[in-house]
Amino acid sequence: MLSLIIWIPLLAGLIAAIVPRRFAAPVAGSGAVATLALVLVVLVGFEPDGGMQYVTDVTWIPGLGVDYNLGVDGLSIFLILLTAVAWIPGVLFSASRNSGGDKAGLYYLMLLAGETATLGAFLAQDLLLFVLFFDLMIVPFYFLFGIWGKDRDGVKASAATLKMIVFTLIGSLLMLVGAIALAVISADGGELTFNMAELAAQGLPTGSQNWIFWFFAVAFLVKMPAFPLHGWMPDAYRAAPLPALAVFSAVLSKVGAYGFLRVVLPLMPDATELFQTTMLVLALASIIYGSVMAFTKTDLRLILGFSSVAQLGFITAGIFALNTSGGEGALLQMINHGVVVVPAFLIVALISERFGSEDVAGMGGLAKKAPVFAVVFLIVTMATLAIPGSPNFIGEFFIVNGLFETDVAIAIVATVGIALAAFYALRMYQLTMHNPLPEGADSREISMRDGLVVVPMVMITVVLAFCPQLIIDGSEPAVDAVVAASQVEAAE
Amino acid sequence: MIFDSPTIDYAALSPIIALTSGLVVLVLVAVFDSVKRFGSALALLTLAVTAGLLIWQWDTNTDLVAGSLHFDGISVTLSLLCVVSAAVAVLLSIGDPAEKQSGRSDYLALLMGSVLGMVMLTQANNILTFFVALELLSIPLYALCATNLRKRDSLESGLKYLIIGSLGSATLLYGLALIYGVSGATEFPQIAAGFLGDGSTESVNELISDPLALVGVGMVAVGLAFKISIAPFHQWTPDVYQGAPTPITAFMAVATKAAAFASFIRFFLVALIGLVDSWDIMLAALAAFSMVVGNVGALAQTSLKRMLGYSGIAQAGYMLCGIVVATQDGISALVFYLAAYVAMNLAAFAVIVVHERQTGFSDSISSLRGLGRSKPLLAWPLTIAMLALAGLPPTAGFIGKLYLIEALVDSDWTWLGVMIAVGTMISLVYYLRVVAAVWMSPETEASPADGIDTAGLPASVAGAPAADEFTDPQAHRRWYLVLPAVVGAAATVFFGVIPQPLVEFAQHAVSGYVT
Repeated sequence: MLSLIIWIPLLAGLIAAIVPRRFAAPVAGSGAVATLALVLVVLVGFEPDGGMQYVTDVTWIPGLGVDYNLGVDGLSIFLILLTAVAWIPGVLFSASRNSGGDKAGLYYLMLLAGETATLGAFLAQDLLLFVLFFDLMIVPFYFLFGIWGKDRDGVKASAATLKMIVFTLIGSLLMLVGAIALAVISADGGELTFNMAELAAQGLPTGSQNWIFWFFAVAFLVKMPAFPLHGWMPDAYRAAPLPALAVFSAVLSKVGAYGFLRVVLPLMPDATELFQTTMLVLALASIIYGSVMAFTKTDLRLILGFSSVAQLGFITAGIFALNTSGGEGALLQMINHGVVVVPAFLIVALISERFGSEDVAGMGGLAKKAPVFAVVFLIVTMATLAIPGSPNFIGEFFIVNGLFETDVAIAIVATVGIALAAFYALRMYQLTMHNPLPEGADSREISMRDGLVVVPMVMITVVLAFCPQLIIDGSEPAVDAVVAASQVEAAE
Repeated sequence: MIFDSPTIDYAALSPIIALTSGLVVLVLVAVFDSVKRFGSALALLTLAVTAGLLIWQWDTNTDLVAGSLHFDGISVTLSLLCVVSAAVAVLLSIGDPAEKQSGRSDYLALLMGSVLGMVMLTQANNILTFFVALELLSIPLYALCATNLRKRDSLESGLKYLIIGSLGSATLLYGLALIYGVSGATEFPQIAAGFLGDGSTESVNELISDPLALVGVGMVAVGLAFKISIAPFHQWTPDVYQGAPTPITAFMAVATKAAAFASFIRFFLVALIGLVDSWDIMLAALAAFSMVVGNVGALAQTSLKRMLGYSGIAQAGYMLCGIVVATQDGISALVFYLAAYVAMNLAAFAVIVVHERQTGFSDSISSLRGLGRSKPLLAWPLTIAMLALAGLPPTAGFIGKLYLIEALVDSDWTWLGVMIAVGTMISLVYYLRVVAAVWMSPETEASPADGIDTAGLPASVAGAPAADEFTDPQAHRRWYLVLPAVVGAAATVFFGVIPQPLVEFAQHAVSGYVT
């Protein structure tokens, strides 16, 4: 079942690459929809208290102790749902703008290969399989950003993507060494296994945890991206084609945060405990730095990019609060951010079609003739700044609540971050939608076709605002189990 | 008086016999013009028979010719790799100007001679056969590098290789003599016994402190390092790779490495295993240095072949790690990596051969622009090869690195594993530059300035017309050129997704090896 979920997108992508160009988009779209349908089937049969479910475990490379081991639990179920959902507008919007151009088949192959790798990373229960999918994720996006990206502001797309892949792989190659070292050391001469549950049971000497922790942490922080490892982000975001960037920003960054919950906390509890404060300070730095940068940038993509840095900072802070409230909030916020970012980037695409640029300096007045469009964007903006009544408010509330239990000073600084979010989000909205409409710009209402792509995502935000319990109930037992690992260590 | 006639195990010797017969037939055929054009077919037939015989002898584990050769898993696996690369080299040579100029059969006979040397080298179990096999491997290669008689680069590369290669051989021979002097034996197992003395710790310690033994080991290591282009003994590699006819470069890059690593295994892990504590750190330093030199050197290259030359130096560094750990896992990781390396490098070189023939021998990275749009059947194998060399999943290159790092970490060489990771990161920059040129740049008008600068060269060397008049615009439709590229790339991906068969292949290599 889970194998189907992982491989159907790739299969659809391969078919899309072979069939004549005009069929490529429908094939890719149906692949994404089929994936979502299967994920929904899994969701219906999912038991919150059932631990690891739908397990597939076959030996893959017996010589090296690597298994093809998939499973879904409360940590991953909503993230795979997010992935499956987010890819649909990504594919549809690409289809409506013909983003693939004359290489459409290849474009959809890469886009859907990205979905396969991301789902694989969320579902892998074998540490090495996780590392493999984690590495694999970046490859299709390298092609997507490099081939279909645009040279902007004097930055060549190929150079920007090269920077991105080198940055991310610095992290993930060290993670490969870390994963192997983790398995070898904890096996202690016995049978080598990469099964995460068994690794957690075997335990790892504290001394080894301390350096392996950073091999993993760097990989995840780069992926997010978190300050100060975000250097690849501005260039890559500027170059990327927007539909691909939307799914990239919505989902791939979450794999980093998910990695902390799935790998670091359960397998390296001592080191997590030891470096808790360091990680919290890094998270705060991300929040402040991201917010300030988002406030100063005028390029819409960069405003959203740096706001993601800040949001991921919140998520990291929630995880390293190391209590249920923080972990719950982090997971909720991962979903919220993903759901909000996809329409946000698509709206950027729509705005830039109306102004011919993505720089807010020359914008304004879009709301004048496009009330529906303005409302849609307003909801997205309000969710970004976590206004009470938005799902983000609930997520951030949980996180800050968790942080107060851990460290009051850090919680107070994090609260400042929430206030900063209001600045950059409202500024972005005002500069595009309010003020007089500049010459030559075209205030058009959102078209039916685009509305059908963007509005359902926004609707999900609204639904989540009213029923966050859907996610909390489903994931609580799993989050509890994860944070419990390090709490036990703390109690000892 | 009764003589025991020496028992000759013809079955286990059969691959060598087949290769030798093929070589002789090829030389004889050269006399008859009418059958000359079947040279390539004959060479392929010989190689196919040899490969068949090797597979037939898959499980054999025995001493041959009074112990001067030893046939086991290491021989059979690495010989197969050499034979496969030779077959690809034969295919890629069809229609190559170098092959035409030097007389087809001579060219192929030299190639067969070199393969024979390699197959012998993988079995050599005695200082003498070791050295003879190594020279049999090298001397034909010196000549082959220079077979493109009308290109100055090719002649230069042959001469350079000859001089530096001879220096390496001389160093090696000196080292062998010193080791013989200390151990008093020529056969590898006896050298091991000689070093171990009565097997007591004292006798080992005594030997380790023997400067003669250490100098000998060092010189042998240097000699072999020349052959597999380990830094700092690598200076010849980029020049020779660039100048030699590309099919020969491909053959050199992969087969020589496979054979020389076989002798590394036999020499260091059988004969000198008693001294492991004194040589492992030395080889580790060489490996780490190679990774740095190769990866940093490759960054600045604009010629694909030179870039692959430097990348080969770095890859040799990775593979040397398999020797450093001195365990069964290390050897099988090395064999796995070599097999993956053969597949991905041959795919890359096959694409370069086609590309060169179409563009009048330009191998600059910028001349690849727009290849993704115009010739996907070339672009994909090259892309896959580059991603695999960079160690990205889902390719055999990723699994190979995983295997090596696992062996390293398992033996407490974690820092060397980290070195591999760091080297791989640097390597991404130059491998992906090729991918970017193929896919991410608009096709430019092919300008001669993109290629090797031929303008500065005299129009003719030794009175012959310039070689760059040769172009073959239809090269990408020739099956014998495209097939190796496609098969190599397909194998790279296949063994990245389903690595188990190749893992078993690699583990077979150590089946006869006891630590």
